[in-house]
Amino acid sequence: MAALLGRSCRRFGFLSSGHGARSVSTETGKSLNLYSAINQALHIALDSDPRSYVFGEDVGFGGVFRCTTGLAERFGKNRVFNTPLCEQGIVGFGIGLAAMGNRAIVEIQFADYIYPAFDQIVNEAAKFRYRSGNQFNCGGLTIRAPYGAVGHGGHYHSQSPEAFFCHVPGIKVVIPRSPREAKGLLLSSIRDPNPVVFFEPKWLYRQAVEEVPEHDYMIPLSEAEVIREGNDITLVGWGAQLTIMEQACLDAEKEGISCELIDLKTLLPWDKETVEASVKKTGRLLISHEAPITGGFGAEISATILERCFLKLEAPVSRVCGLDTPFPLVFEPFYMPTKNKILDAIKSTVNY
Amino acid sequence: MSQNDQKRFDLSIDDASPYYNNNIPSLQIKIRFLFAKRDYSKANSRAPAMALSRLSSRSNTFLKPAITALHSPIRRHVSTDTSPITIETAVPFTSHLCESPSRSVETSSEEILAFFRDMARMRRMEIAADSLYKAKLIRGFCHLYDGQEALAVGMEAAITKKDAIITSYRDHCTFIGRGGKLVDAFSELMGRKTGCSHGKGGSMHFYKKDASFYGGHGIVGAQIPLGCGLAFAQKYNKDEAVTFTMYGDGAANQGQLFEALNIAALWDLPAILVCENNHYGMGTATWRSAKSPAYFKRGDYVPGLKVDGMDALAVKQACKFAKEHALKNGPIILEMDTYRYHGHSMSDPGSTYRTRDEISGVRQVRDPIERVRKLLLSHDIATEKELKDMEKEIRKEVDDAVAQAKESPVPDSSELFTNMYVKDCGVESFGADRKDLKVTLP
Repeated sequence: MAALLGRSCRRFGFLSSGHGARSVSTETGKSLNLYSAINQALHIALDSDPRSYVFGEDVGFGGVFRCTTGLAERFGKNRVFNTPLCEQGIVGFGIGLAAMGNRAIVEIQFADYIYPAFDQIVNEAAKFRYRSGNQFNCGGLTIRAPYGAVGHGGHYHSQSPEAFFCHVPGIKVVIPRSPREAKGLLLSSIRDPNPVVFFEPKWLYRQAVEEVPEHDYMIPLSEAEVIREGNDITLVGWGAQLTIMEQACLDAEKEGISCELIDLKTLLPWDKETVEASVKKTGRLLISHEAPITGGFGAEISATILERCFLKLEAPVSRVCGLDTPFPLVFEPFYMPTKNKILDAIKSTVNY
Repeated sequence: MSQNDQKRFDLSIDDASPYYNNNIPSLQIKIRFLFAKRDYSKANSRAPAMALSRLSSRSNTFLKPAITALHSPIRRHVSTDTSPITIETAVPFTSHLCESPSRSVETSSEEILAFFRDMARMRRMEIAADSLYKAKLIRGFCHLYDGQEALAVGMEAAITKKDAIITSYRDHCTFIGRGGKLVDAFSELMGRKTGCSHGKGGSMHFYKKDASFYGGHGIVGAQIPLGCGLAFAQKYNKDEAVTFTMYGDGAANQGQLFEALNIAALWDLPAILVCENNHYGMGTATWRSAKSPAYFKRGDYVPGLKVDGMDALAVKQACKFAKEHALKNGPIILEMDTYRYHGHSMSDPGSTYRTRDEISGVRQVRDPIERVRKLLLSHDIATEKELKDMEKEIRKEVDDAVAQAKESPVPDSSELFTNMYVKDCGVESFGADRKDLKVTLP
């Protein structure tokens, strides 16, 4: 029952990026959901650079999540086109296009399907500049994929594969938490001169609604943001999980625990300084992500912070993550790192 | 409509992938209506039936009035006759690098009736799954097979349970064809313990080990190399069995298919690759995603056969032929020209990329169940009333299975961790209270 409640909580409490400190702009704009913000970003990207292209499975009519609506009509079928069902082929093709100096914005329909393209990303895209001694590069490549749990996705529509990609020097991994962030981060990713894998939390495509400025703006990569200030414990997360973590923070505040919440935004290369400064202030760290705990990106954050802040830590670094099982269908509420699990971990860490 | 979109509707019977195998649909319908008024219960002796059977099922309808007059007025019961009848398929086979099988299919009244019963059961099951999904009793994804039933039953008629089948996520009817029970299917769809995968797989992951059904697979095209591996094992163990590896027209563009084809051909594996060409890869029509929509020729050096997948008898003939071929000569591709009435999955209305006219047109002209019904009626194997009664029985059977499945329990939460490894590996897990409720799994 608690699990069910935990699941329904996710639907309502959405974390706005205007909350708290240094977000890109506290300007107002139109109220948009995540897929509309991404759509706007793509329109701007294609508009500003005539040598940018969007392609993937079913993007022509707007995509299965409506992220690419209107692009084919506005920019033509030569710049926005469908590909056959072949992820390896699509990404390889994108790398080639980028190597000729174009911006290739590839859509992989679900992050769960990115694995056939894994070889291309790891062995071709990530190492192109390095092995050619900077003669060639595929910096114009941006791969967008919806990731994460959606409530009923099961094994192959809910995975969070960010950890696999964070292990590859040469690419960047970016994950936005809200519509306003998504637009800015996507534009930065597209214009970044390195190949970027951009994961979009699919749960938030419709659920998250926020005021998004209509003009062209970019949010810098590799800069984490402290979205909530606190003194007792630092929480680090990314994507849709931040919504859950914020609810846990609010509950913890009722019990007198002041939590600092950090959105990592870019996972590779990640902003170690911000997290380190925060942990030095609070002395405690909790990391939460949907992916399975063993080998998840939380392990990297934990190890790095341990190295840098060992003497300042008051308690072991806590990780509240998905369980070490394939992403289940009927058992999803038990698998997910819910608000209660995070709250409990906050309390244990603070009372260590 | 753009020129390209218009092209889609200007298909003639000579095209590589005709939507209609009959270019006089309106006449066909008129004639069927005409016969509805006639009394089919005039039973007969066997001779006129044999005379009839040389004719194709399509042209049968034109000669019906003459034959009825010959029958004596004895009522025939639902036929369990196993004596052979030969029926011609309506559409010829097209082959690539091999001989086409004969158009005359050996069958029997019992078999055709079984086709009807099994297809009607599968159709009802899919429709029941549709309503269960809309009632939110089935969650997740649900990919329905209605329209393609002839494939499942035709294939089963040609093979044994020792032959393996491996398919994609559109696997409900293949499971039933392999002998799966309706209640197991519905339980699995609703995520109950009594489901065929114990509730852990869901719609896309039905399996049946004792019938060599290696299941449903979520990732498009991933099952193709697996199927070739199964074939290798069968050849190595001298099983005299084959593997039917099924995939769709969307998956036909995956690199894995070509890798698997090369391996299968190189090592002469008894693998039959069946491309279920329902003309749409989710929402993308074949002409928009494939340079060569002649999927049976895609094997290049691997022989191929194109089959009318809405005709259960043609499917049976092709599978029989393919099995003989595979056991002697190695891999062969079967392209089944079929159609699905529902959208790609339950979240797809199915009408944004094709017109409702197209769907109802195929339903009127090529529906596999109607085709078998016409055969049964024209050969006097059963009367219209008997068939309707059979359908009513099947409807009740399906409703009972649904009710039974609804009552079954959900799996235990400890099942979340079982079956990851053989002896699950000492993974620690804990409840919300991290200190007390800690458990190490076996």
